[in-house]
Formats: sequence, C-alpha cells, structure tokens
Amino acid sequence: MLLSRKFVSEYVDLPEDLSIKQIADDMTSVGNEYDSAQKLINCTNLTVGEVIECEMHPDSDHLHCCKVNVGDEILDIVCGAPNVRKGLKVIVALDGAKLPGGEIKKGMIRGQVSNGMLCSKAELGIDNKFLEAKDKEGIHELPSDAIVGSDPIKLLGLDDEVIDFELTSNRGDLLSILGMAYELGAIYRKNVKDMDLSYVENNEDINNEFKIDIQTEDCTLFLAKKVKNITIKESPDFIKSRLIASGIRPINNVVDISNYVMLETGQPLHFYDSLSLGNTLIVRNANEGETLTTLDGILRTLNIEDIVISNERESVGLAGVMGGLSTEVEDNTKEIIIESAIFNSIKIRKTSKKILRSEASNRFEKGLDPKRTYMAIDRCCNLLEKYADATIVGGMVIYDNEKKEDKSIDIKVEKINKVLGVNVTKEETIEIFEALGFKVFDNNDYLTVVVPSRRLDIKITEDLIEEVGRIYGMDKIEGKLPVFESKLTKNNNIKRVIRNWLVDKGLNETLSYSLIPIEDVHKYTLDEFESISLADPMSEDRNTLRYSLLSSLKQIYDYNNARNNSDISIFEIGKSFYKENGEYKESNHLAILMSGDYYLDIKNTSVDFYVIKGIVEELLDYLGYTGRYSFDANSLLPNEFHPGQSANIIVQGEKLGIIGKLHPNVSKKDIFVFEINLDKLLNLYPTKMTYKDIPKYPSIVKDVAFIIDKDITNEEIVKVIKKNGGKLLVDVLVFDIYTGDKIDKNKKSLAYNLTFRDNNKTLTEDEVMVIFNNIIRGVENKFNAVLRDK
Amino acid sequence: MYNEKVEELLNEVKNIFLSVKDKTELESLKQEYLSKNGKITQINSLIKEVPNEEKREFGMKVNEVKTYFNEEYERLNSEFELKAINEKLESERIDITLPGKKVKRGSKHPMSRIQEEFEDIFISMGYTIYDGPEIESDENCFQKLNLPKGHPARDAQDTFYLKDEYEKFLIRSQTSTAQVRAMEENKEKGPLRIVCPGKVYRRDEDATHSHQFMQIEGLVIDENVSMADLKGTLEVFCKKILGEKTQVRFRPSFFPFTEPSVEVDVTCFKCGGKGCSLCKQTGWIEVLGAGMVHPNVLEMSGYDSKKYQGFAFGTGMDRFAMFKYGIPDIRTIYGNDIRFLNQFDRKDNE
Repeated sequence: MLLSRKFVSEYVDLPEDLSIKQIADDMTSVGNEYDSAQKLINCTNLTVGEVIECEMHPDSDHLHCCKVNVGDEILDIVCGAPNVRKGLKVIVALDGAKLPGGEIKKGMIRGQVSNGMLCSKAELGIDNKFLEAKDKEGIHELPSDAIVGSDPIKLLGLDDEVIDFELTSNRGDLLSILGMAYELGAIYRKNVKDMDLSYVENNEDINNEFKIDIQTEDCTLFLAKKVKNITIKESPDFIKSRLIASGIRPINNVVDISNYVMLETGQPLHFYDSLSLGNTLIVRNANEGETLTTLDGILRTLNIEDIVISNERESVGLAGVMGGLSTEVEDNTKEIIIESAIFNSIKIRKTSKKILRSEASNRFEKGLDPKRTYMAIDRCCNLLEKYADATIVGGMVIYDNEKKEDKSIDIKVEKINKVLGVNVTKEETIEIFEALGFKVFDNNDYLTVVVPSRRLDIKITEDLIEEVGRIYGMDKIEGKLPVFESKLTKNNNIKRVIRNWLVDKGLNETLSYSLIPIEDVHKYTLDEFESISLADPMSEDRNTLRYSLLSSLKQIYDYNNARNNSDISIFEIGKSFYKENGEYKESNHLAILMSGDYYLDIKNTSVDFYVIKGIVEELLDYLGYTGRYSFDANSLLPNEFHPGQSANIIVQGEKLGIIGKLHPNVSKKDIFVFEINLDKLLNLYPTKMTYKDIPKYPSIVKDVAFIIDKDITNEEIVKVIKKNGGKLLVDVLVFDIYTGDKIDKNKKSLAYNLTFRDNNKTLTEDEVMVIFNNIIRGVENKFNAVLRDK
Repeated sequence: MYNEKVEELLNEVKNIFLSVKDKTELESLKQEYLSKNGKITQINSLIKEVPNEEKREFGMKVNEVKTYFNEEYERLNSEFELKAINEKLESERIDITLPGKKVKRGSKHPMSRIQEEFEDIFISMGYTIYDGPEIESDENCFQKLNLPKGHPARDAQDTFYLKDEYEKFLIRSQTSTAQVRAMEENKEKGPLRIVCPGKVYRRDEDATHSHQFMQIEGLVIDENVSMADLKGTLEVFCKKILGEKTQVRFRPSFFPFTEPSVEVDVTCFKCGGKGCSLCKQTGWIEVLGAGMVHPNVLEMSGYDSKKYQGFAFGTGMDRFAMFKYGIPDIRTIYGNDIRFLNQFDRKDNE
C-alpha cells in the first residue's frame, strides 16, 4: 500500500516538521512495517524556465541551441527535443541537478555551451505506466502561466512523499486513506477530518427504472446509484497526482474518481455504462464453464466458485476482481450506474488467485466496512457532480444483509496488565482508546469500549489488549523471566547420542531434502508400502516423500564424486514416510554411506564391507544390543545391492535394516551402505549394563587354523567350535584369513584364538587339550576341514 | 709372601681398567678376575694357606682388591650403559615433522549444532523437547491455530498439500502445529512448557529460502505468564545465542494464533546496531515471531482461556546458522558438499 503524504494530510494534520522516514518509523512501531519512505520525485536543482531564443545547432540536424530564462539568469542550453521552441515554459535541470538518470553538469555539446538540461517527465523518474506517448518523445510543456524560477515539481503537484507499507493481513482498514488517517491520528493524537459527502439529487428515483436481483449468499451488501449527464474529460491535477502517488494510472475523470474514492474509503467501486448495461443487475455464482471478456480484453472461463454480475442477457463483470468489457465506461458515456458492494472475501480470494490480483480484489479479500460501502457512493456523487458535471439521480437501489452496529467489548484494566505484563492506569487506557477513535464508557471496575465498524480486526478482549499494547508501545514492556513450578523435563536425546558417536567415528553428518523423485522411492528396499506424493510439487525432482534415506545419500555421493571428492563417509538421521491402511506414517531412519578411503594414514585403506560392518556392529553394541542382532545374507535383497556382499540385519527376529555394497549397475565405484529403522530398533529395550565378576583364575589361549572349502562361512565354523567347546570355552576370535598359493585354490584357511577358562579353578593344560581336540575333531568331521600346520 | 701377592694383584687391578674400551672388554675382565678361576677368586682361596697371624691382614687386603675391582667395574659399566642408551636414542631419532597418524574426524551438520544449542538453552530453562510429525492435518497446522480455510494469512505460507488431500493433509509449513499437538496431548489441560524443533516445508526457493528448512516453536502455558515473561525469555535466549550485548525489541504485528502478536528484532550482530548492509542501515534484524496464545487456540485444544494464558514464539533456525557461521546462501546448507561439511569438524565456540 502506497501512502501519499499529501493525500492523507487532507484528513489528518501531520506535524509539518516530521520527516517522512520518521512517520514511517512511527507507523512501524505500532505494527505497520514499510519497505521505503521517500519523495515521490527524487530530483534536485530543478526550476521553471522560459525559452527566449531557440536556434538550430550549427553542427546538428536535430539539436537546438536555446537561451533559457530561469529568473536570476539566462542560460545557454542545448536541447534535442523536437518540441522545443521559443516562448515555451519548461522544466530546467540546473548545473549539479541530480536526476534518476545521473547528475547534470555544465559542458559543451558539439562545440556549443550547455549549462543545464530541459527535462521530459520521463527524465524526472516518473514511472513509465503514468506517462503518455508525448511524455516519452519530448520535453514537458508547462502551462504558459507558470512562474519562471519557481519549483516545477510543486507546479505539477508531484511535490509529495510516499511510504510503501507492507501491511499485515488483518488490517484491511489500512488499505484506505481514511484508515491511515485514523492510525496516524492515534499516534500523533490528532482528530480525523470529515469527508465532503454533499451533493444534490434530482427528483427522479432510480428504483422506478432499475432493479437488482441478488441470487447468491456470497453477496451481502449491494448498492446501485445512477448518475446522468456526465462529461468525460481529463481529471483535475490534484486527482491525477494523488493517483500517481498511490500507484494508479489516471485515465479520465470518471474512471479516476472511482479509483480515487476506493483509495479514500477502501471500498472498491465499479461504474457501468448505463446504456450498455440495461435496467437490471443480477449477482449470482457463475455457471460452470461460463465465459466473460474482462476489461483487459481477455476471455475468462469461470466456474461455480466465481461470483459474477450480469444483466438480463449476459455476465458483465467478475465480482470483486474486474469489470467486463461490454459495459465499460467509454469517452461517449453519458449515464453510469455506480456499484458499491460487499462480496464473500474467501470466494474473491480464490477467484483473484486464479485470475488476477487487483487493487479491488486485495481490498475485498481483507474484508470491508459496510458503512464505507454507503459512504463511497456518496463520495462518488460528490466528486462526479464537481468534476464531471454530473446530475445525480435520486434514490438508491439497496440490498443489505450486513450488520452495521459498532461492537461493544467489556475490558478490565487488570486483564490488560496481566496479559501485557505492564502497569497502565485506567486513565492511560481510556486515553489510548479515544486516540484510536473508540468510544469508552467507564463502569468503574471495567470499561465498555465501542469499536467502530471500520476495525473489522477487533472482535475480542485480547484484540483490545493488543491495541493498548500497540499505542502504549510494545517495546516499553520490561522483560522478566517467568516463575515456574519446577518440574523434571523430558529430553529424549538418543538421536544426539547416535549422532555424536558416528561423528566420533569420523563420519560426516548430512542434511538432505525429504522430497525425492517418485521413481526413486522404492529403491534400496524390498519393503512393500504405498508412497506419498505432493499435490503440487515445485519440480518433478521433488514430488514424493522419501522412504529410504539411501537415495538421498547416493545423490550426495554423486554430487561430491563429480567434484573429485570420492572419500565419502556420511550418515543422516531423518524421517521415512509411507502410507499404511490409509494412514500416513513416518519413522526415523539412520543411514550410512561409505566409499573411498576411511583410515587416513600415509598408507590409506579403502572402505570394504568389513569396515562398514564394523561400524554397525560397534554402534549396535554401544546402544546395548550386543548379541541380539545378526546379518542374514540368505534372504532376498533389493536390486540395488551386490548379491554377494550384502545382508539384511535381523534384530531379535525382525528385519530392521540392511547393509552391503551397492550393485555395479548402481555404481561403478565401490560404495557401501547401511540403513536401519531407528524407531523400531530403539523400541527394543537395550540390555542393562551390569557388573560381572572379574575372573579370579587364569585363562589358557590355544590357536588353531583350518583349511576348508571357500563357501563355508566363519559363522558356521564358530557355531561348531562353540558347540564342541562347551562352557569352558569363553571366547572365539578369528585372527587370520588366508587364500593363496600355499593351499588349494578352492580352499581358504581360517585361524582362531580359542580362550578357555573355568571360573571356579585354574584349568590344567591336560583338561584344555581334551576340549581343544574335541573342537578340532568336530570341525574336521563337519566340514571336511584339514588342520593347517603352523 | 701372601701379602705381597695381594699387593701385586692390587697394583695389577689398578691398571687393567685404564685401557678398557667397551662393555665386552669389561665383561672379559670380570671373567678374568671374578669367575671361578678368576685371579681374585683364586687369591681368595689361598686364605686357607695363610698363617693365622697374617690372615686378618690378608683378608682385608683381598677385600680391598675386590672392592676396588667392583667399584671400577660399576663405574665403567654405568658409563658404558649410558653411552649405549645414548647411542640407541640417537639411532632412534625420527622426523617429527612428518604428519601424525590421522584418526578421522567426523563433522556434525551446522543445523544439528544450532538445534542442539537451542534445545540446551530451553532445557536449562525447564522446557521439554517436543517432537511432532512432519505430515500434518490441515486442522492441526491451520484450523486449530485460528487459520480457517480461506483465511488470507494462509497465503504467506504456500503449502505443500499431499496428493488428493487438498486442504486435508500436508507436510507441515510451520512447527507452530506442535502447539496444538502438545495442548491436545496434555490431558490435564494444565501448565505446559515445550519447544519443538524440526523440519518444515514451503513452496519457496532462492538464496534465502529453501523449500525445506528448520524451525523451532516454543509454547508456555500457565495462569499468569505475560508479554513481559515472553520478552524476558527471548532476551535471555537471544543473548545466549547471539552474544551478551544483544538487545531485543518488540514490534506489534499480526499472527492469527497469537493476540497480541509481536515481531522480535535484535540488534544487528554484524554492526552491533550502528547500521550496515545486513540490517539495511536500521541497526535491527527481525528474528522471531511471537505473542500471547490466542484464546481461540487455547479453547480449540480444550484449555480454559479464562484460567490459562500463554505465550508462543517461533523462528527459523537456518537463519541463525547462516548468521552464526557466515553462510551466505541457504542452499549451501542442504547441498552437503563434503568440503562444506568438513568445516564443521570441531567443537563450537562457547
């Protein structure tokens, strides 16, 4: 919302010495933020001059050498405009003048002295949309009675200052000069002046010839007034300059008045050419697929959500958004019907979002004061009578379903202080409400505040408390710390524990987007689930919520690998989303991706399956799940995984995760990944950490190595060792794996440390040897193993 | 005669150590003199032959030889050992300028750091961390926060609705939704103190906006908490996060779920309030939205708004991370370039 200082000053006296910046800052401190606060025209050193001589430039076919009287001297100025001529009153930029296009300096133009510049309107920085063709082609021609040496900006009525406000959506009332006047009046304790609403009506009655038919609940107030004998012409300067300062392009006196009154009152208006319209206006919901050509000449297709205005034949306007082309006010228009109405703000919002955001729709969307709907009609008549020579037809066609009573709200001063945490007195409170233009009745222990209908945002006590806070100054509130009853706080920090542990292990934590392309959502998993997509994604790359975090981590790998960073060890904790039995579900997942070098010694070691497996095992042990998980390579694996180097992770019988190498079809580089459903894992109660007696008796360690078929797994052998080892075998540890020249190529050698201990006595070598030999025999028999010589 | 022999041996012993060069020679002397057949051992065995009246003197003299030998032996032995140690040390000298064996240092993402920092401050003030779902109903995210369907303030948050769920289900556009959940879950409808950090999503993307970002929402409900308590709380919080000199300013504003509502500005952390490009010469930067919980919001979640009042505040955590670490473009935060992540491999400054 652009606020013109001159415009608002017609309704409230602002202290003259206040800078526009100060006014804007004062408005900000009561809750109305602004983007900029500056002069409408940002030029210096301009004056009115008269061209007293004008000769062709000797070395140019289009430049003129002029002598220009600027009052206290006569300047030589070279001018290139085609319309420069002797006797013309012009805008002169003197030496040192600052214009939006740069600074003007004395100089020579093709050998001739030039001590300034004659200006066009465009050169003053007036927005293109306000300029006519002649303003762009030549210098501006001032009226012949312009006084030489005076300020041309003042002469044009553009000596104004403008604040560009960014208003909050609850303050629709501030989308009007009157609303702004009340707000400024409250700040500076000034009264708002009355608007001139006077006019003379003829003795006809519009109701005799004109009917309205409101067929929808989406219109709650509709007024129609007829005006005859209008003269279409240019608007007076003050109307044009107020419109320009407010960002609206002047067109002709009648159209300008509709915009001018909308700016003043906040009530959007529509003028119909009465002859093209006919004698009836109907307000109804559009038919599905109905078409309408709007003022901008575009054919719009409508649906039942849109509200239209129509006559007996066809729709003539899109309510609250834009009028129709067929009933437009044109240069030969003599009679008009003024429409001032209130429509369902939500419907207008929907339609304008779809079709066009306009000054009118913006105001309808925020809600309107029904009193202004009436006031706007009167103001239009007042101005049309004055500036369009109009005859105002008597009477008004009225459809009114609006409540217009001012609201009364009771409030206690203690409540204000209790909510704001301040100490305002009753007198201060009353003073603030009165400054806002509210009536206050003092009932001793409470106040009754009558809120005018223009303040649609004020409905309850808390709204009034905010008003007191705003005007009193929210920033005057002294901060203090609340006093609470003490209470144990809950903080489930397990994610933090896992994060810290993985960071300690040298992994980088990532944070990626939850949204991925739909074609990736079923990758890296065999789980069956229904994926969740967005109704209106920003791009096809981000249209679905991820289930597995691994496609995100793989994407991060690819991004870094493309930048020659291939030593990647990353993890992320994030949500996995899916739909189950019609319900939306989400659970926390942890995923790890590792590739390239991990141990950063001079001799680097590349990540392999056992590196990532080690990290996973250590993590699960750290979290208290020792001995409760296993790696299962025999079940089905997703296509993205290497079938020989991957496994499902089973915790207490349930498949909770996956680990392994990515399939060469997914990545040519060796990438190892892990993912687990963290919520399901953490639902399993971790094993309690308890003290165990430190062994009193020594243990005996025996080494043994077996040569076995390659496809026999360590796990199978350990199982047999443990079975034969019995209770006295307390630990089995692989310490060497060998394949190579010294043994058959289909065989491998696995070497173990076996630790024996009896907690009740010292074991003898003989006792151990009996068990040890049992173990060897067991493995030999079961796997056809051969004992490997040391 | 016996005494002369001892005398002779003593003189001999006094000379033999002069030319000993190393430990081996020293050990062979020990062999020569103190072994079973060694010269000193042999002389000592003569004691049986020595007449009684000379025995005492003989014994003393032999002891003198032994003592002399042993002292000299020990002296040289430690000399040689010292030398040997020094030689060993010298031979073990390494190039200490070669790099140490690296234990890989991981890194915690800057957003996790900020989140933990925020959480810790509020935990220390007695708040509970509340973790809500990211998929939300329109009801929880908007309607119960006093934003009915068609409310113009919904425009400010261009929402990602789920497919076929327009105005029904969405990925949350604000963590304020946690207010509703926390109040509804609190069956006693009594005092509450929570903060909810988490991911939120809006249809917006440029250098300062990401379609996914992190917010934190705080909510306190009690019988007597006021705007002054809100201000005090945020003052403590902002000073802790942005530095002790930080000042906090309240500016009235509008949010549908709070009444009164304020925008919270802090003195610019770049220029300290003098005015710079970051604060657009104003000296202030807007960092939080806050206010007193709207009575409609309390009532919709089953609270008695006559008895209870509360305050709520919310802010984007990404902005704090960008300010704190000087990250110019929010997209860097979600880019996960390993060269970016590696920069966060140490503890934060206090």
